[in-house]
Amino acid sequence: MTTSAQAAPAIQIRDLHKSFGSNKVLKGIDFHVDNGEVVCVIGPSGSGKSTLLRCVNRLEEPDSGQILVEGVDIIDPETDLDAVRSRIGMVFQQFNLFPHMNVLRNLTVAQQKVKGRSKKEAVEVARANLEKVGLSGRENVYPAHLSGGQQQRVAIARALSMDPDMMLFDEPTSALDPELVGDVLEVMKTLAGEGMTMMVVTHEMGFAREVGDKLVFMDGGVIVEEGDPREVLANPQQERTQAFLSKVL
Amino acid sequence: MALKRSTRRTLSRAVLYAVLLGVLLLVGLSADWATIRANFFAPAGIGNPFTGDWGTWPDLITVGVKNSLIYTAVAFGAGLVLGVVLALMRLSPVAAYRWIATAYIEFFRGLPVLLVVLVMAFGIPIAFNGWTPPGGTVGAGVVGLILVAAAYMAETIRAGIQAVPKGQTEAARSLGMSAGRTTVTVVLPQAFRIVIPPLTNEFVLLIKDTALLFVIGFAASQRELTTIARDFMASSATAGTATSLIQASILYLLITLPLTRLVSWLEHKQQKAR
Ligand SMILES: Nc1ncnc2c1ncn2[C@@H]1O[C@H](COP(=O)(O)OP(=O)(O)OP(=O)(O)O)[C@@H](O)[C@H]1O
Ligand SMILES: [Mg+2]
Repeated sequence: MTTSAQAAPAIQIRDLHKSFGSNKVLKGIDFHVDNGEVVCVIGPSGSGKSTLLRCVNRLEEPDSGQILVEGVDIIDPETDLDAVRSRIGMVFQQFNLFPHMNVLRNLTVAQQKVKGRSKKEAVEVARANLEKVGLSGRENVYPAHLSGGQQQRVAIARALSMDPDMMLFDEPTSALDPELVGDVLEVMKTLAGEGMTMMVVTHEMGFAREVGDKLVFMDGGVIVEEGDPREVLANPQQERTQAFLSKVL
Repeated sequence: MALKRSTRRTLSRAVLYAVLLGVLLLVGLSADWATIRANFFAPAGIGNPFTGDWGTWPDLITVGVKNSLIYTAVAFGAGLVLGVVLALMRLSPVAAYRWIATAYIEFFRGLPVLLVVLVMAFGIPIAFNGWTPPGGTVGAGVVGLILVAAAYMAETIRAGIQAVPKGQTEAARSLGMSAGRTTVTVVLPQAFRIVIPPLTNEFVLLIKDTALLFVIGFAASQRELTTIARDFMASSATAGTATSLIQASILYLLITLPLTRLVSWLEHKQQKAR
């Protein structure tokens, strides 16, 4: 990595627009995530949070605007998108583990096929990350035999095994039974503590308050308010933010 | 109501059984069993395992069943490869590929298999300057089976690929896998699990379709089961009777019935897993 890329923010988004057919979902988003920062994104259902997150690794194709990841314009057709993606870990609401592979294979397959690591090295990295998420010893289990919370932690370990520079989380605990949410949030807290750059779409206000460096409130495809999570949550400036928070808090 | 509900049910059951018994008796008494046995189950063909007499079974099995299975396996294997390619073409972002694959599939599903087999068997040697695939005209006929099987399998496989959740592709792509890598390591393995039962059905259909090669004309050692059974009607220990046809039917069923049972079992298992 060059020094100029290191100076650039992890994610820089400028005037991002995206619609599905006639449905304008993102209407000019500007914001950035600094290196080592944890940014939490909240907002009502349908406000475009997932779409924004998925534009960052271009699972969705933006209509216009600019997205720079570590200073690299990912919309530029010359950019090696696969290489960029391998540096951005993504965790989905529905886990999306590969059901036909055991836990170890889930963690090693992309290391070997994308990063070109040897099997031995990939397995070492995988084991270390499994331990990190508290699932050592589950290497040979298939995803279907794990609880939702365990699957999500495997999914986090899978993303971490690529040694990403940043992690994107799309409501990682929304599909979990309440008693399983804590384990996953704990892993995320540890990650944040280690200085991982994170962009987290979540409804867990407690997590945002405790771990977040910045809180972004979205509504109707625009960022309505952003700032220090503790301040925004305690003292929202915008009417729409107030209305939303009064419903969820 | 004069009768109790349960009594009535018993009574109507009894009537149904009586009718069945009557029909069986009528057939049993009116049929000429001696002639039926001589015509369909001639001892010279059926043999008698207690005396070590295997009748004409060994020839039917070592030539007919063997060749039928070989033709089926070749047609299935090649059809599967071509079917996967066609399925991927149908789902391709390139419109020309989609268009070609659709045209191919519609074309071959719209023709009688027999016609395609004939066209290939007689057309390939002429069209390619006397060159024929391994197996001569029979090989060319098998190409016909392959072309048609691929069309059907392509649709099955396409449905299987589309049944793999979108999140699987997204997870693979977000790990940095290319589109091709994602298809090979993540999508196709899951799609194949989904389509194992319908593909097994396709295999059963192909076993039966190899009988269509009958029209081509074979060297003696190349004959598939139906052809050899037909030949045995003209010259064999059971010549002049339909015994060899009955024997061939039994052999077909010994292969197809377990497979169709397997399909039901697999489908049942998949449904439970869902
Ligand atoms: N692939 C798609 N095709 C068409 N419309 C879509 C697609 N994905 C999202 N949308 C629409 O875009 C809008 C924003 O969706 P998005 O998933 O970004 O919202 P969200 O803020 O993540 O909501 P939620 O909290 O329910 O996850 C919604 O109206 C949704 O119907
Ligand atoms: Mg969402």
